Amino acid sequence: MANYKYHILICGGTGCRASKSEDISENFKRILVEKGLDKEVQVVETGCFGFCEKGPIVKMLPDNTFYVQVTSDNCEEIINEHIVKGRKVKHLLYIDPDNKHEVSDSKHMNFYKKQLRIALRNCGFIDPENIDEYIAREGYAALASVLEQNDPAAAIDTIKKSGLRGRGGGGFPTGLKWEIASKNHADQKYMICNADEGDPGAFMDRSILEGDPHSVIEAMTIGGFCIGATKGLVYIRAEYPLAIKRLEIAINQAREYGLLGKNILDSGFDFDLELRYGAGAFVCGEETALIHSMEGLRGEPTFKPPFPAQEGYLKKPSNVNNVETFANIPVIFNKGWEWFSSIGTEKSKGTKVFALAGQINNVGLIEVPMGITLREVIFEIGGGIKNDKKFKAVQTGGPSGGCLTESFLDTPIDYDNLLAAGSMMGSGGMIVMDETSCMPAVARFYLDFTVEESCGKCTPCRVGNKRLCEILDKIIGGKGTMEDLEILKNLSQVIKDTALCGLGQTSPNPILSTIDHFWDEYIAHVSEKRCPAGQCKAMKRYIILSDTCIGCTACARACPVGAISGERKSAHTINQDLCIKCGSCYDKCKFNAISIN
Amino acid sequence: MDKIKSLADLKKKRDELKASISLREDGDNAEQIVQIKVAMSTCGIASGAKPVMDALIESCSSLNIRAVVTQTGCMGYCYAEPTVEITKPGHEPIVFGYVTVEKAKNLVEKYIVNNEILEGVIPQSYQSIDNEI
Ligand SMILES: Cc1cc2nc3c(=O)[nH]c(=O)nc-3n(C[C@H](O)[C@H](O)[C@H](O)COP(=O)(O)O)c2cc1C
Ligand code: SF4
Repeated sequence: MANYKYHILICGGTGCRASKSEDISENFKRILVEKGLDKEVQVVETGCFGFCEKGPIVKMLPDNTFYVQVTSDNCEEIINEHIVKGRKVKHLLYIDPDNKHEVSDSKHMNFYKKQLRIALRNCGFIDPENIDEYIAREGYAALASVLEQNDPAAAIDTIKKSGLRGRGGGGFPTGLKWEIASKNHADQKYMICNADEGDPGAFMDRSILEGDPHSVIEAMTIGGFCIGATKGLVYIRAEYPLAIKRLEIAINQAREYGLLGKNILDSGFDFDLELRYGAGAFVCGEETALIHSMEGLRGEPTFKPPFPAQEGYLKKPSNVNNVETFANIPVIFNKGWEWFSSIGTEKSKGTKVFALAGQINNVGLIEVPMGITLREVIFEIGGGIKNDKKFKAVQTGGPSGGCLTESFLDTPIDYDNLLAAGSMMGSGGMIVMDETSCMPAVARFYLDFTVEESCGKCTPCRVGNKRLCEILDKIIGGKGTMEDLEILKNLSQVIKDTALCGLGQTSPNPILSTIDHFWDEYIAHVSEKRCPAGQCKAMKRYIILSDTCIGCTACARACPVGAISGERKSAHTINQDLCIKCGSCYDKCKFNAISIN
Repeated sequence: MDKIKSLADLKKKRDELKASISLREDGDNAEQIVQIKVAMSTCGIASGAKPVMDALIESCSSLNIRAVVTQTGCMGYCYAEPTVEITKPGHEPIVFGYVTVEKAKNLVEKYIVNNEILEGVIPQSYQSIDNEI
């Protein structure tokens, strides 16, 4: 085996690839060959490093230097300086925003300091298309020892004791789920991986599959052995082509090594995997809809019970788990349940991966121990609010979740605390909002998403959400009444109580939580016709300041509806009944004579 | 490709493969293992720093010592090239001058393993910038 002196790791996740990280690796390889250094330096395309804000990322080893926002033009310089002369390329180092110093080792960056990577342990570290690198990192050791012990009940017990809960949103204890599935007897059972990932803004499952597909394959095989399933199915959205490709490569490599297929590791246990593609519908992430979609039926939920563990795919007992849930499993066996359960809070063990987005400085993918506070996540890891604006709220749980305000910043994050605060863990989307966000409009955004994505099977969700949306439009449009607010609250409750599946049962949450925490804002919209955040167009009033206006007539000529009148060289006025609030006059005025109320 | 047949088989394979990523593992835990820096500027290379670096990597791996071997720019001791800085965990960095391939092996066997100070130590009079960032 070649003994490389340097490794150059390049992020090959979807985010960095969109910024041409493939060209960067190609360029590195070409220059290394030209300089005769290709036997000394290994170039590896890895999964996501998480710091997407600063991508494409290039990491140099063994000295752990972290270069940010690299382009393929920088390759030559990195090789000449870093590899040949042993000097860091300073202008590509990350600059600490607090003290403006360059930071070369990622361990010293605020973004990474508080992170703990379990599910993402191999993302940004190994080549996901090379099973050998996974094996070198204890890969498949958990499967091998579970098979060697040959005691499914004991393995399930390990997962139960670890305290692992489902990362797909609900937080159901994984060990218990496996136990239930193992006790239902049938000639065929199925182990299913939910890789639908429908939450807007969430991309942790994609990153795991792109960066460490073998960890999911290994875990599904362990799960299959535990519940007595010989077949595994991964339901993945067709919009994830790179994840699909890497998963397919990984499945083939595992088969070649005899880690999938017949008689795995000579244990007598058979297990194989198949991929099923989804068309990217949010509702198909719901487990019963997902199963129907795989059966070739419409992706519509059905009433539970029967639960999948009783009657799932093709009416056989099936176990559905989320990608991130699976990614935790091998580590629990390798490091022991005691180790895993020592991390986190009393009822939420281990870590959670979040996709940080919104008005925050460090957008990216992070993994943090349960029990960390929102303040640590937003202000330390996330680097605070963009453009020094004020923090207003953070949305967790996607369209099923809610908004949390400043008063929750010091609450430890876990399943139960988030629920108690009127939001939920969800799959891990975390959208940070600053003072310029209008909360009724935020609620409207999520409602719009659920209306689009509702399967239409049951009336409360199909019709009710549409009505909620219309009422919100009325409020945002400056035509809302106090009665509308009452209807909003009541109808939300009715939908929650009567919808068939989790989509409808949680869809009013964004409204209820913003009403809870930002009631003043709703009142301002309704009774004062005012948007405190200054976002709602209908409530803007453009007014000409008569003292400042010199009567140049530019605004009157710009107004598309002729709402501005006035004599040349004397102050103009805007007819509020005609004004459509397009802002053309404001843009045209050179004298700052137009103000927005 | 040969199939893996048992846990023991897998462990054997893992041990064979470990070396392919040990450089990355070590880079991740650099504080806890031996760090060796070889000065590889023009003066260093001219006086034979490259074979010295190879020898250091070779000796460490043959003695199963986990070490991060990197190159740095000129350390300013051009008269004493090739120079090598060794930092053992919990020890102050020590710079050795006039290192030859033979001496490189000795450094690993005597200083790193047995903590014997060899000849040619250059007193350090500055903080390298790498320690700051
Ligand atoms: C509308 C809706 C969408 C969902 N989308 C997903 C999803 O994209 N990914 C996922 O893993 N779970 C999703 N779930 C949760 C699944 O139904 C199921 O609980 C989960 O896959 C179980 O895995 P876990 O126990 O490992 O979390 C969704 C649920 C609902 C109601
Ligand atoms: S709640 Fe909505 S998504 Fe769920 S079954 Fe009813 S209509 Fe379909």
